Amino acid sequence: MNEKNATFEENMQRLEQIVRAMERGDVALDESLKLFQEGTDLVHKCGKLLDEAQLQIEKVVKGTDGNPTFEEFQDENG
Amino acid sequence: MEQQVLSITQVNEYIRTRLDADPLLGSIAVRGEISNYKMYPSGHHYFTLKDEGGALKCVMFKGSAVRLRFRPENGMKVIAWGKISVFPRDGAYQLYCSAMSVDGVGDLHAAFEQLKAKLAGEGLFDPAHKKPLPKYPGVIGIITSSAGAAVHDMLRILRKRYPLTKVRLFPVRVQGVEAPPEIVGAIRYANRYKLADLLIVGRGGGSIEDLWAFNDERVARAIYDSEIPVISAVGHEPDVTISDYVADLRAATPSNAAELAVVDQDALRQILDGYSASMATTLARQIKSGRQHLKAISESPALRSPTGYLEQRRQNILLLKNRLVSAQMQGVERKRRSYVALTAKLDAMSPLKVLTRGYAMAQKKDGTVLRSVSQVDIADEIAITVGDGQVSAMVTNVKEKQL
Repeated sequence: MNEKNATFEENMQRLEQIVRAMERGDVALDESLKLFQEGTDLVHKCGKLLDEAQLQIEKVVKGTDGNPTFEEFQDENG
Repeated sequence: MEQQVLSITQVNEYIRTRLDADPLLGSIAVRGEISNYKMYPSGHHYFTLKDEGGALKCVMFKGSAVRLRFRPENGMKVIAWGKISVFPRDGAYQLYCSAMSVDGVGDLHAAFEQLKAKLAGEGLFDPAHKKPLPKYPGVIGIITSSAGAAVHDMLRILRKRYPLTKVRLFPVRVQGVEAPPEIVGAIRYANRYKLADLLIVGRGGGSIEDLWAFNDERVARAIYDSEIPVISAVGHEPDVTISDYVADLRAATPSNAAELAVVDQDALRQILDGYSASMATTLARQIKSGRQHLKAISESPALRSPTGYLEQRRQNILLLKNRLVSAQMQGVERKRRSYVALTAKLDAMSPLKVLTRGYAMAQKKDGTVLRSVSQVDIADEIAITVGDGQVSAMVTNVKEKQL
């Protein structure tokens, strides 16, 4: 799968975890500070991923051995 | 004139020639209700068309039957096209049916309703079978024609909304007889090689015939069997196909499918902002509450003025000590009073007190109190104690009481 995007999804999941933990309010203050730092980093990371993202498009072609191969696809918008 | 005698074959052949020469019977459309419908292993279909007044035997050969777009059933009102001719073996005329259509509604419509009812009966539209779509699909597979406008509409929207994803195109024909097997093949291929997190299967608008591949039973079953969630995206808003019923999610159009497939990045940025704000707020709240706690502690007397606190403690101890002492004193006084009272009681019971009432106590020299005449002899000195003193005396007589 798309490496960068898998990271985005993982980042979002971790971020959601952090926000929920902080909102529950049952973590100690020093732990909260750590979570806040990690969460803020994740927000920036996710924002950056969105800023830099470029839709990747490929055409799936069945190879001679039956395994998939991928070809470039140029669409009229791109 | 002698009448000519003909064989059966000659008669039937003669009739057949006459019928086949008739222009109306050579190309006829007949309206009627199907009964006694039979499909033979040969692929030929045999049935009877009837109305209130009569019946017409019909045959549809395999070559024509495969082109039927619905499944004929007994009781169905149809229009059958073909020619009337003779079946010489039975000496019967029949309709050689080349095409058949459902009367009243279109046959495509009839086929659609039949397939829909059949698949619904098998549970292919069951909401419980529908899979949730991934929230952030890493790879979206699009199964459609690479030539149509639909693919470009979808790519444009995906690029705008969620450029983080990768799109994999599975070019297939989307109309004609080749379309269903190609669409089925692409769905299965994507699943077999796990080529996508989400599939969009569809095409742009067209006539009902153009969209027909998406009413194909094979396509419906392939969508149902797909382990990758499927969004169907066929035609325009009012077009509903069997694929739409089977898919995990139905999109009104291909563009709509692209919108449903991903979260918009503007919304994502808002979500991220929301997370930032939420984290900042909760942290600030926690710090504030910690500060209040700290303040409460720092304002406690022990920390604010240790010496004053200690002085107060010392005074408390002093106070306690005084209370202890005074409690002790009170205890002593109480004991003294009870001692006096007891002494008075004791005094009242004292033998000396008895002496003041006129009794006397006699003692021998050694101090032994006399209780019996046997204790003394004549001339023994004894001491007699009375209320206010002692008298010394000598025994002059001893007389035992006679009982």
